[in-house]
Parts: sequence; C-alpha cells; structure tokens
Amino acid sequence: MSVFLDHASTTALRPSAKKALTDALELLGNPSSVHSQGRSTRELLEASRDAVAKAVGANRSEIIFNSGGTEGNNHAIKGIYWDRMQSDANKTVIISSETEHHAVIDPVQWLEKNQGAKVYYVKHFQNGMVDFDSLKALISEHGPTIALITLMWVNNETGVITDIPRVVEMANEFQIPVHTDAVAALGHIPLDFQASGLTAMSLSGHKVGAPIGVGALVVSRSAKPISLVHGGGQERALRSGTMNYSLAASFAAAATEAIADLDKEMSRLALLRDEMETRVTQLVPSAIVTATGADRAGYNAHFIFPGTQSDALLFLLDQEGVCVSAGSACQAGVLGPSHVAIGMGFDQAEASACVRVTLGFTTTAADTTAFLDALAKIHPIALQAAPA
Amino acid sequence: MSGGVDSAVAAARAVDAGHEVIGVHLALSRMPGTLRTGSRGCCTIEDSMDAQRAANKLGIPYYVWDFSERFKIDVVDDFVAEYQAGRTPNPCMRCNERIKFAALLERGLSLGFDAVCTGHYASIYKDDAGNLELHRSLAMAKDQSYVLGVLNAEQLSHSMFPLGATASKDLIRQEAAERGLTVANKPDSYDICFIPEGDTREWLRDFIPTEPGKIVDTEGNQLGEHDGHVGFTIGQRKGLKIGTPAKDGKPRYVLEIRPKTKEVVVGPEEALQISDLFGARYTWCGKAPQKPEEYFECDVQVRAHGDTVPALAAIVDGAMHVELKEPLYGVAAGQTAVVYLGTRVLGQMTIDSTKSKVPASV
Repeated sequence: MSVFLDHASTTALRPSAKKALTDALELLGNPSSVHSQGRSTRELLEASRDAVAKAVGANRSEIIFNSGGTEGNNHAIKGIYWDRMQSDANKTVIISSETEHHAVIDPVQWLEKNQGAKVYYVKHFQNGMVDFDSLKALISEHGPTIALITLMWVNNETGVITDIPRVVEMANEFQIPVHTDAVAALGHIPLDFQASGLTAMSLSGHKVGAPIGVGALVVSRSAKPISLVHGGGQERALRSGTMNYSLAASFAAAATEAIADLDKEMSRLALLRDEMETRVTQLVPSAIVTATGADRAGYNAHFIFPGTQSDALLFLLDQEGVCVSAGSACQAGVLGPSHVAIGMGFDQAEASACVRVTLGFTTTAADTTAFLDALAKIHPIALQAAPA
Repeated sequence: MSGGVDSAVAAARAVDAGHEVIGVHLALSRMPGTLRTGSRGCCTIEDSMDAQRAANKLGIPYYVWDFSERFKIDVVDDFVAEYQAGRTPNPCMRCNERIKFAALLERGLSLGFDAVCTGHYASIYKDDAGNLELHRSLAMAKDQSYVLGVLNAEQLSHSMFPLGATASKDLIRQEAAERGLTVANKPDSYDICFIPEGDTREWLRDFIPTEPGKIVDTEGNQLGEHDGHVGFTIGQRKGLKIGTPAKDGKPRYVLEIRPKTKEVVVGPEEALQISDLFGARYTWCGKAPQKPEEYFECDVQVRAHGDTVPALAAIVDGAMHVELKEPLYGVAAGQTAVVYLGTRVLGQMTIDSTKSKVPASV
C-alpha cells in the first residue's frame, strides 16, 4: 500500500461528500424545470450554494458553480478583462505573479498574446512572499490603466500565503478589481470573501475532498465578468448549462466538513509538517526548505535537494511506495524546473531539484515517517543518479 | 517505450522472462505535439499515453524521462551541423549512440538497473569464449542491427533486444493483440521523429541559411547556380537547372557538396559508383578483430535498409578503409558504413570520404 503525501494535487474523497453525491444521483429532475421533481433538485442545488457560501464568507448569490479551478481562473481573468475593456479601452494592464499556477499564468499570457494586454509581475522575496512595495509601485505607475490584479491566496507548491485583503486595499485607490486563485487555500486557511473586498475568487472541490470536476467561481454581486459560455442563462448567466446539483451537493458537503475542522486540522497538520521538515534537514543537511519564515499554510512542505533531480527523487520515492510531487508536470508527464522556485529567485538547477510534500485530512504520523525513512534510503542514490 | 508496438512487446517479453521491468518513455521534444501525425511514431502526448497504457497492461511502473536537452544537443544540432557541412547523417544512429544506450543507460545504471531493453529488431549472442556479439534479427525485413552498429562491448553487455528471434513484425503485432495491447495495430513509424512534416530539406531551411553558390563540373567549370547547397543530395538528378548540356549529352548528377566554397559538383552517373570508403571515426561492436590492420573479408551496408555488398576492410593509418567488391551507388559523406561478418555486426564508421570507381570526367 502506498503512502499518499500529494494532497495538494488532489485529496481523498470525504465519506460525507461521497454520500451526498450518491444520494443526489438517486434523484431525477433538471433544477431549471418547473415541476415538482425539478424543484426538489433545485432545492438541493440551492442548499449546496448556501453551504459553500457559508464556508467562504460569501453571499449565496456570489457562488457560481463550475467545473473547478482552471475554469474559474479563466472565467475571472478573461471575463473581468473583457468587461473592463468594454467600458474603457485603455484598461489593458494586468498585474499578476510569476509564481501563479498555470491556470492563471496561461490565461493572462493568452490575453497578452492575443488581445493586447500588458502584463506586469510583482516581485517576491526568496521565501516566496509578495514584495508589497513592488505591487504598490506597479499600482502607482499604471493605476488608471489596470484592468485587474490576480494573485493567488495560497501558493500550490510552497504553501506561501499572500495577504489578499491588503492587495485589495491597495487596489481600491483606483477601484481595480482583484481576483484570487484560492484553490490551495480552501480548507487550509480561513477565507472570508466579503470581508476581503475581492471581486472574484476561484475554488476547486477536489482539493477539499469532493470529486474532481466541480468547483465554484465566487463573483461579487457588483461584478459581471463576461461569460465564457453562452446558453440558458443559468448561474446568474455567468455559467450556462444544466446545473450539476449532484456534484454541487458533494462539494458543499466536503467544504462544510473541511471548514468545520479547519482550526484543529490546521494545527495538527502544521505540527506534523514542522516535525517532518526538521527531520528532513537533519537527514539531509544540504536540503533547503524553500518558504522558511514565510506565512504558510500548514499542510505544505516544499524542499530543494541540491545536487539531485526532481524526477530521480520522485522515481525513487515511488519505488519505495511514497507518492509526492515536484510541482506541475506537463501533459506528457515531463517534470520541468519549478517555475515557482524560479519566480522566488532560485536557479535552474535548484528549481529542478524540488520536492513538494503535502498533507491532508487522512495523513497521520505514520505517513510522514514512511516518507522520512524512504528519503533516508534513496537520497544517496538520487545524488549519484546520472542526470537526464 | 515509444508508444509503439515493438517496445510494448519487448517490455512484455522482458516481464515474462522474470525481469523487474520499468517502462520509460523518453521525452525528446520540449514542445511535444498533442496528436500523432503521419508516420512519426513517437514524441507526442498521444504516443506517451499509448506507452503508459501498454505499461499499465503489463502491470509495470511507467515514467517519462526528459532527455530533450541532450537530444537537442547530441542529435538535432548534430543533424543540422552535419548537413551544413555537406554530409548526410543518420540521426537514429546518433540517438542510439548518445541517448538510448548512453544517457538513458547511464541513468538506469545509476538508479540500480542492469540493462536497457528496447524493441529493436536485432539479437545479442555469446560466442564460445563468452564475448557478446550483435547479430541481425531473424525478421530480415525489419532488421535494425545497422542502427545499433555504434554499440560497443560495454553497451552490449547492458542491452536486451527480445524481438531479435521473431521471424516477422506480423508475429509481433499478433502477439501484441493476444496480450491485449491497444497498440497492436498502430502504424509503423519510419520518418525522422523530430521532423513533423517528414520533409527534411524544408525543415532544414529554418536552421541553415540558404546561400547561393555555383554548380560546377569535376574540373571546376561553372555550369549553373543554386540557391543553397542544403537543398541538394548526392545522386540527385532533377532540379539542377543547368543550361549547358554535357558534351556526351548524358544527364548529370550531384556528386559532391562543398559547403566551404558553396559549390555543388555534378558529373556523369558512372561517377556515382563508389568503390572505396574511408572513415577515421570507427568503432567495434563487441570484440575487435585480432589484426584489424590486415584486410579481412566482410559485408558492408551503408543505409538502414540498404543492400549489403561484399568488401575488404582494414584499419590503415588510423582510419577504416573499405574496398567494395561491387560498387555502391551515390554514397554520401556522413553516412554510416556498418561492417558485417555474416549476420554479425563487427563495427561501423562514419564515412569521411569516398572514391569513385570511374574517375569522373565530363
């Protein structure tokens, strides 16, 4: 049986989410239908919306159910950009970061390449924290021409937290809408959408124990990003298509449970994580804990093992039955250097020697111990492994 | 595992033989295409997924290892440089020499593995003294011993070719189907994997600036002009656009490409009949001959699926000299000549220069 320490990629299906899903699959009725069976599935959908809204401090009307984080990020970034351009063609500037997930970087760069957007990236300190002076300078310089700012709440590789309410506060000087990718934040740090002042926030269900394929874009009541899809006008006309009440119910159950356990889990996992990091640096004194000293989510450990290559480490750990990751792999399965580590100022060799270990609600001390035992065994081999 | 049927069956046979097998797909392109097109057989995401499905079917772990940077330097850049220098390289050979049985093997050994197993059609046998020998495959139509001719004794000792004793590719496909491998009927690949459209000359134009030059005869008389030597191949007859006909009225062919002077040399067909090959870059595949400086009888092959001709070969002044008993037509510098003793691959050389059977005169 393998040890799963890759919960940031996807986590286990929560029993409550599984039950909500299978119960909902027993029902029949399109939530848009006017008959009794339509009303019953609509009720389930709307109750799910209430639950997700409550989990993230949003108004129920602000929850737009969708397929997950990538869709939400594309919708928010392109939709807000197009909306802003419609009202003022001079608003062509997007401010983002080079350490974002590809689901943010790629739509931003698509707008840059195809629609004339001008993109500026904030700077980071080497521990991954946003340099707010650089953000402030960008806002001062480009203020009236900025279409939107998009910065992730928690980094998916390093776990580094960005103070999103502070970003919004700075953006308010020019009434700039702010979007955040909160996929790696949900269930791991408290989120309060309304208090944050955000315009939009992307969420994904499978990172908190729902099935893959459901998520939500939280869109403030005052915002109307242009829709990516057009059709029956469901979900505030922001996401047309028959509403998937079964997956929504499952997402709601998972999010509710994750939030209910948040404080306890945060400290439990942070403790396990901190112990593991200490042991790693004892086992491998040259190891770098990349986000040292940064504000971090408690479930995430990100290491650089100088002199090794990520794919050799992952291969050897996999052979020992330990599943971890190195950041994002391309579709063909090739591990490139971590663009997040590069964005933090590490060099190519260091960025090619990353390992991400992420804990989840099913993780126990036995799992982290298994990882440490495997690491002790394979690290010397990885150091000897010929580079690809 | 390229994602093709041969490597899938090779892996299956290695598993059956009781080895601990790991499927490795080589990522050789930084920008892989999404879907397979034409006759290319690897390097797309679709191929990678085919390989992964085959590995899953066999119950073996599967990994993608990124050799794209090494491949770019050792194979693609070398390919371009060879053409630029007026030679005709074989990139599959370079890939075997520097990637599959070098970089990949080295990495595998360092990670605790013993051998690289591939779906090449070739066989490894031991002689009476225990020396390893590389031989042609039983399936002569698919024989790939030529492109493996670059392997040395050490590499042979860490190589496995489980398909060598199978009589035909049809049998491999049949076996793949029986094993439930989805790639059983996948089309063969035969083009150069990194040239998507299969048009080498067109592809090269993006890398090598086209510089006009003269078309000359063997005595140096200018007969015409060309817009870049990369567009020409030894033995080419069409498209030369020479205004003046030859004195004997016969067609003229490209005999030589001289990148330094940007000259393309043309002459009569007889001048393409090559009688001697010379190459300073040679290797022995397995045990070297006892007295390589003495001429020995052998057979020589200069193309992956070309005919073999009987020859005498020896090492003379540090270079291999092959004296062909029957002429070969239109051999270009840069090609590899593989030397056989019967079915055994004895060694190979990269051809530096050739000598024509008939001294060219126009």
